[in-house]
Amino acid sequence: MKRWTPKAIATEARLLLIGIPVLLWTLIPVYHMVLFAISSKDSATSGHLWPKNPTLDNFRIVFQQKHFYLDHFWLQLWNSLLIAVSVGALTLFVATTAAFAISRLRVRGGRTVMNLALFTYFIPAAFLAVPMYKTMGNYGLLNSQWALILAMVTIASPYCIWVLKQASDKLPYELDEAARMDGASPLQLFRLVYLPLMVPSLVAVGTYSLLLAWNEYLYAFLLLSNDRSVTLAVALGNFLSADDSPWELLMATGLIYAMPPAAIYYAFKRYMVGGLTAGAVKS
Amino acid sequence: MSSTATAAPLPAPPVNLGARHARWQFWGAVMVVPYLLVFVVFVLYPVGYGLWLARHPQSYVKLVEDPIFFRSVINTAIFLVVAINIKMLVALVLSGFFVTSRWWIKIVSAIFILPWAMPSIPTILSIRFMLNPEWGVINSTIFRLTGADGPNWLNDPSLALAFAMVVHVWKSLPFWTLILVAGRLAIPSEQYEAASVDGASSWQKFRFVSWPALKTLYITSTILSMIWTLGDFNSVYLLTGGGPADLTHVLATLGIRYLRLDQVDLSMASIVVALPLVLPLVYFMMKRLSK
Repeated sequence: MKRWTPKAIATEARLLLIGIPVLLWTLIPVYHMVLFAISSKDSATSGHLWPKNPTLDNFRIVFQQKHFYLDHFWLQLWNSLLIAVSVGALTLFVATTAAFAISRLRVRGGRTVMNLALFTYFIPAAFLAVPMYKTMGNYGLLNSQWALILAMVTIASPYCIWVLKQASDKLPYELDEAARMDGASPLQLFRLVYLPLMVPSLVAVGTYSLLLAWNEYLYAFLLLSNDRSVTLAVALGNFLSADDSPWELLMATGLIYAMPPAAIYYAFKRYMVGGLTAGAVKS
Repeated sequence: MSSTATAAPLPAPPVNLGARHARWQFWGAVMVVPYLLVFVVFVLYPVGYGLWLARHPQSYVKLVEDPIFFRSVINTAIFLVVAINIKMLVALVLSGFFVTSRWWIKIVSAIFILPWAMPSIPTILSIRFMLNPEWGVINSTIFRLTGADGPNWLNDPSLALAFAMVVHVWKSLPFWTLILVAGRLAIPSEQYEAASVDGASSWQKFRFVSWPALKTLYITSTILSMIWTLGDFNSVYLLTGGGPADLTHVLATLGIRYLRLDQVDLSMASIVVALPLVLPLVYFMMKRLSK
């Protein structure tokens, strides 16, 4: 049982003095989004802190695509999902094979490949966007979802290779030697020994790249323009072009769009925080 | 009998070993090919092509003659110096708060992650609506309290830039706090116990235990954050769109602005002029990480 001495109370008070502002700072923009999403058109902009008649009408309008901004809501949601899953799967493939070859097979030049990946990781994303856009044009991929998928694989894989290599290096080398003694081929070693041991890290980087692609705005808006091929992020950005946008619908759609990543993050928190901070703290 | 028993586990002849080594090297090469392809096709070629597009000296003359460019450079510098340092200092303080063990701090820390876990676009737009001069919640509150109309926040370039920095800090503070929390958790608790025995105050514990252990991580994080902030398009574009009158652009939005205006040479040139700033930072990070 904790005793409430004056000193203990002062400590708790000091902690609360940080905790309460932190909570308000974090939640106000999120709360404001929820407030808009459950307000009718008139009451959304009234400036009240709680709507007089909270309603789920906005979500009904979004789900039934009853506004011309939302004509392709379900298709765009599907596009976001399809692109994110493709990026996650492709990145996992590219990053896992590279990390395995560099860390376990000790391929010649592996260090150089690692440096190339690190270099890519450090290029500011908006700087690579311009040449990437022009290049996609040269490749004839503009307005194809492949352009966005491949661009996001390019951006996600360096970090994933980095994290996977850190984790790979920690596996005992005796495992490989034992497998070699038993006459395993490199592919058998990869499939039967390496992959099962790497599952936690694979979950972490897979989730990371999936969320990166789902949340991406800049590349999506540069590389895709057709209403039927864009992701939900681009569709949300398009609301901005009009002066009389239906803000309450925009916030309802935004909330639907923001919930999966938040949910996935909380579900995989254990894996993600470990995997993501490990790479940075090591430095 | 015993001689054959010892002979059995002898290593295979060198020729075989070499062949096996070659086979493993062959598979190693095959398995790095997917990433190498991605690198060559979507990094090396674009960067080379971009530099080629930026080869004309007159692009740079046009660029520096554009007042928006000069303004963007200043804005970028303000962003890097002010926003990053405030963010990292706050992250340093908050990391001390979050390593304190209380049941309610665990809940606060789970909520605190939200800005980082959620996509930029809906949250930044939400902040943008709060700042709407006519019906935004901030000006409505000012009106209710004072009866006066609040300012048109995003119409003033310095206020708009300040709010873009607020957005940037709001969005990326959780990540850096998390990194510094991980750094603090790696400090052995005996060091704090020893300091307590010596009667150290909390400031002294920070000064002589936490800070020496965190210093390298703090500096690396600051530099990495600077590199990434150079590429932060969303905070400015989604809040101000570069406005009013193109006065809140940073280099990350300027390049895209020129691209949208079909001035690809200017767009590339604006990125090339940032390279003397970016490359030393990248070099520093690569040195650190590839040790």
